[in-house]
Amino acid sequence: MSIDYSERIPNNVGLSDDRRLQRALESWQPRFLQWWAEMGPALPTQDVYLRTAVAVGREGWAHFGHVPLPEYRWGIFLAERDTDRRIAFGQNKGRPVWQQVPGEYRADLQRLIVIQGDTEPASVEQQRRLGLTAPSLYDLRNLFQVNVEEGRHLWAMVYLLHAYFGRSGRDEAEALLLRNSGSEDSPRILGAFNEETPDWLSFYMFTYFTDRDGKYQLGTLKESAFDPLSRTCEFMLKEEAHHMFVGTTGVDRVVERTAQLMREHDTDDIRAHGGIPLGVIQKYINFHYSVSLDLFGSETSTNVANYFTAGLKGRWQEERRKDDHVLTEAYSVVPRVEDGRVADVRLPALTALNADLREEYVADCSTGVNRWNRILADHGLDPALYLPHPGFNRHVGIFAGHHLTPDGRVVDPVAWAAGRDRWLPTAQDKAYVLSLMRPVYEPGRIAAWVTPPRNGINGRPLDYVYVHL
Amino acid sequence: MSFDTDPGRYRHIRLEVDGEIARIVLKVDENGGIAPGYDLKLNSYDLGVDIELHDAVQRLRFEHPGVRAVVITGGLDKVFCAGANIRMLAQSSHAWKVNFCKFTNETRNAIEDATAHSGQTYLAAVNGTAAGGGYELALACEWIILVDDGSTAVSLPEVPLLGVLPGTGGLTRLTDKRGVRKDLADVFATRSEGVRGRRAVEWPLVDEAVPRSRFEETVRRRALEAAARSQRPEQPAAGPRSPGPGARPQRSVAAAPVPLPPLRPDGYTYSTVRAEPDGDQVAVTVRGPAADADPRLVDEHHWFLRMTRELDDLILRLRTNEPDRGTWVIRTEGDLDAVLAHDVGSDAWPFGELRHYFKRTLKRLDVTSRSLVALIEPGSCFAGPLLELAMACDRQYMLDDPDRPNAVRLSRANFGDYPMGNGLSRLAARFLAEPDRVAKLEQETGRRIDAAEALELGLVTFAPDDIDWDDEVRLALEERAALSPDALTGMEANHRFAGPETMETKIFARLAAWQNWIFTRPNASGPDGALRRYGTGRRPAYDRRRA
Repeated sequence: MSIDYSERIPNNVGLSDDRRLQRALESWQPRFLQWWAEMGPALPTQDVYLRTAVAVGREGWAHFGHVPLPEYRWGIFLAERDTDRRIAFGQNKGRPVWQQVPGEYRADLQRLIVIQGDTEPASVEQQRRLGLTAPSLYDLRNLFQVNVEEGRHLWAMVYLLHAYFGRSGRDEAEALLLRNSGSEDSPRILGAFNEETPDWLSFYMFTYFTDRDGKYQLGTLKESAFDPLSRTCEFMLKEEAHHMFVGTTGVDRVVERTAQLMREHDTDDIRAHGGIPLGVIQKYINFHYSVSLDLFGSETSTNVANYFTAGLKGRWQEERRKDDHVLTEAYSVVPRVEDGRVADVRLPALTALNADLREEYVADCSTGVNRWNRILADHGLDPALYLPHPGFNRHVGIFAGHHLTPDGRVVDPVAWAAGRDRWLPTAQDKAYVLSLMRPVYEPGRIAAWVTPPRNGINGRPLDYVYVHL
Repeated sequence: MSFDTDPGRYRHIRLEVDGEIARIVLKVDENGGIAPGYDLKLNSYDLGVDIELHDAVQRLRFEHPGVRAVVITGGLDKVFCAGANIRMLAQSSHAWKVNFCKFTNETRNAIEDATAHSGQTYLAAVNGTAAGGGYELALACEWIILVDDGSTAVSLPEVPLLGVLPGTGGLTRLTDKRGVRKDLADVFATRSEGVRGRRAVEWPLVDEAVPRSRFEETVRRRALEAAARSQRPEQPAAGPRSPGPGARPQRSVAAAPVPLPPLRPDGYTYSTVRAEPDGDQVAVTVRGPAADADPRLVDEHHWFLRMTRELDDLILRLRTNEPDRGTWVIRTEGDLDAVLAHDVGSDAWPFGELRHYFKRTLKRLDVTSRSLVALIEPGSCFAGPLLELAMACDRQYMLDDPDRPNAVRLSRANFGDYPMGNGLSRLAARFLAEPDRVAKLEQETGRRIDAAEALELGLVTFAPDDIDWDDEVRLALEERAALSPDALTGMEANHRFAGPETMETKIFARLAAWQNWIFTRPNASGPDGALRRYGTGRRPAYDRRRA
């Protein structure tokens, strides 16, 4: 039976003429749909007001309409090709970018794509039960939009594996669906993607902090000398921006509601009034920020140095940087714990690239905190929110095995244990937040612990029926 | 550098004994490198880690008679073992690398020896990434259980990532032990990401792949099955025995543990062996047992156990600490009869363990990159097992002095009790083309053989008389010391192993020799070589010409 691929799978990669890719997708697509049915959103819906990418142009990727979720058309899109593009860094700097995978770098490129690909479906799995407690139809729709796009990002990575890596690529693509978040037998590769996202405050934090890590990882892959990977990531970044918008405005709305309740009742402890206390918000920030920092990997990494030199993975905004883009003679300063204090150590820049990327990320994260503090100030409250020290609560890298307080002091295990409940969400905090999570499915209505959004989706009003249940 | 340790001092591994099953849990202390300059990340190992493994494997045989299966597993999250630490290798001298690899190979062989001869079957519970030397450690085990979680792989990434070989038996055991087809072995050993799950079983790089939820249970079941097949003795051997301080019988039917004697050398002087470094030589002397020593009372004072343990330790230390002294002159002193009395001629517990221990020690000597010369002089005791020391040497000089009786004695020990790595007795290898001669020598067992006769029988190289002796020996040693040490090492390794190849000889000869050549090539250890560039983020630049 012939299938009209360009209809079922919107794409700009010539799928209808590519028999190899068709063969690969023929077996993969049913598995993906089965995975979506089993591991995708748990809340049954009739349809959802979604954005579907049908082309890469300005109009093509913002195509809105009500779609039943399983019929969402997950497409394959690469940003437009720049035919003069040259490798911007590493030992191959200045040469034309690659349209095929060089055999020399097959294993490394495959590994990078698999690790990136593994995170995409993981977050769908982590968030699958959130629909059951959505604070509004607007939020529910945003959740599903994020979910389908993470699904599309999985497609994007699977496309690369299928189209460029032969048999081993197909095997890896299959394994992306076999591993599942939180599974004991076959967990997702990265630890942070095996934790459930239990409540909506966590979801906002996740989309703010953890999806932002994704943005920076994609940003480094966008620089890749392997052009199809670069173009894929460039397009994914456009969608990722929406995920971070969900996080930023989500936390905005929680903070705003908290500020309102604090003013209204003139108290910090707004639990009795159904809000989330600032202290709890701060603990959630502490947790999600520190877990997301772990995703950057060890501050010193040989692998990343190799990826850079080979041209597989660059730095954030590589081409805007004013240096030689080779870095064999460059040094970076990286913090580490020495004699019970955080001290700087000078290391070859190549092996400290994870730390470089992390610094970009930290600077970006702090803009959100400033924004949330401005909301507090607008309500006449002190700007109380902050980002903890990068060494706080770390399990990966040079801070792992040490105990640092949010303000960056190295303490012993006893002091850590004594302070832990002040810094990280306790079981009671989580239970409290969870207790607020009651679904609000009436159009235009919103849960009491969060303010309504300023605008609807695609110019639609707030009481628009974004989801038909 | 000392090779002495005990479980109370381990930093990197944990030895857990639970009835018939022991577990060696690898949890390497990152900051516990034996030398400065590298972190032992991801359960990577250096000599210090391997010394602990060596100690554990040794002690399990003597001190845990009730243990019938040993599980090696990783104690870190998602990591079994990442192999030898690359930064350590990159910063090490060539001699250090070679000596380190030799020692780790000997420990892997000791693991197989315990499985084959001690009724202690080793199983690898690969609960996380097993790369390079990590997978090779698993290969030394009899049964490999891999966690099947969709991401954990076994791999040999040395060729693609480091430009060297998996030199701890990996390539040899793939084909010769596990029967992996050469084309699949070729794919596997050039694919840095390795192979996981079902395919790893099919190739067959592992014996089974098991989901995490059933992993521990499966490991336990396989260990119990192996324990049930064990031939390890259940009945205590006849005769009096001191169980040693603090030891309690674990099962009423199990044999009593034999505590390994502590190593307390004063320099290179031990209770039964000593070494005197002198210029380009080391004089090694092994002292025989006291005439009244009881060969059947195996406790920490037992001469044969002590001598074996001390000689083993001495060999390791001399190899590591005295690289400049290229010739070892080996002597014995004591009573021929007393030595033979310690050749019990039984494999009942714990005498079988003693025999295999001395066998392994002699094998260390066989692969030692030093010229070995035996001097058989009046007052020496080259009998039975100690005669093997002389037979392991490259040459044997025996003093023929009519006024001072000087003899050696053959025993059954010389006809197969202490086989070399090639499976032959040293006499069988010595007379490879003359098997009849070995049969005839067997008839000479037990009687004193003087110098002239030993020369006639081919047991010694030269038998100078008392007038020539000093000059002959001196000239031979001086002449040898002038030769190229590299050529000597290669020549000796060739001559010592007459006869067939086995997996063991291939590991030391084919694999290790190629590895050692590759180590010195610019493609590995030159400034732009893969080993030196590893970890810098710069890619190696290869000279593409095949040599």
